[in-house]
Amino acid sequence: MARRVKIALQAAAVGVVALLVALLAWQVVRTDQGKALDSKVVAGEKPTAPVFELDALDGSGQVSLEDLRGKAVVVNFWASWCAPCKDEAPTLEAAWQKWRNRDVVVVGVDLQDLTSDAQRFVDRYDVSYPVLRDKHNWTWGRYGLSGLPETWFVDREGRLVGEHVEGPVTAEELDRNIQLALGSPS
Amino acid sequence: MKRILLATVLVALAASGAASASEQHPTLAELERELICPTCHETLAVSTSPIADRMRSYIRARIAAGDTKSEIKASLVDQFGEGVLAAPPKRGFNLLAWLLPLVGLTIAAAVIAVLARRWSSGRGEPAPPDPSGNGRAPIDPELERRLDEELARFDA
Repeated sequence: MARRVKIALQAAAVGVVALLVALLAWQVVRTDQGKALDSKVVAGEKPTAPVFELDALDGSGQVSLEDLRGKAVVVNFWASWCAPCKDEAPTLEAAWQKWRNRDVVVVGVDLQDLTSDAQRFVDRYDVSYPVLRDKHNWTWGRYGLSGLPETWFVDREGRLVGEHVEGPVTAEELDRNIQLALGSPS
Repeated sequence: MKRILLATVLVALAASGAASASEQHPTLAELERELICPTCHETLAVSTSPIADRMRSYIRARIAAGDTKSEIKASLVDQFGEGVLAAPPKRGFNLLAWLLPLVGLTIAAAVIAVLARRWSSGRGEPAPPDPSGNGRAPIDPELERRLDEELARFDA
């Protein structure tokens, strides 16, 4: 009887340790998933952009990256408290106005932010492109973000192309990568 | 015994009264200890990040507006997810974070109890000596049988 109890306790201990190791491995793999996107794009690959479905800041419903398939998408990650985000907001708005009638969508993804602050930011900088709220930080790990702002470019097939811009994006970077996303060959 | 019981009841009542006051009229300091900055993952009490400053302003405004502690926390969870709470909520998968330490302590206590009982039973009264053994431990019957056989063979 005592031997059985001992074996059961040992099995339970091994099970708990295995579970914790599995959880750790899952977390490491999930984190690396986003980081791996960078190296793939640099190597000339076109990895599939992680699909997200997030609430629009203006309360008009949810927007999914899947819904934008067939268009080039500029995905800009930002927050209202981030100073460089304020610097790049007019540049992004100008690019939106310039490209919006040519199968291009600029999408702002606001994360780690208060909703009221995000709304004030949008009003203050006259942002008219769609802004989504990532309340649960879902995109942070999946897009391998390390700070704000950061910008990725998605081609018509839903693949990441061009540069992953860390820091405020410039008009030249936007034009160059949008053209790449529009004309990206299969 | 009655005094201990009375003291326990009084302490419990005082604690529940304090908890209720804290729920209805929370302070910034206690909420700062119970909430996490989403960028640096430190409590608001120690974080100096820009979003922590904004969250403190938000909490101050909500307290001034008369919100309860639960309402303020729920509002921040709605905007940042459950990761904003310093302690996970006691429901769903998060319940594991509360239960596992208790389960671990219970198992450890059970193991210690079993080991202690085994150890103490091993140190019980010694068995009475075999009268034929001159105070030494009795011989194993199998060994005794083999010894007898060997002696008989030797005698033959």
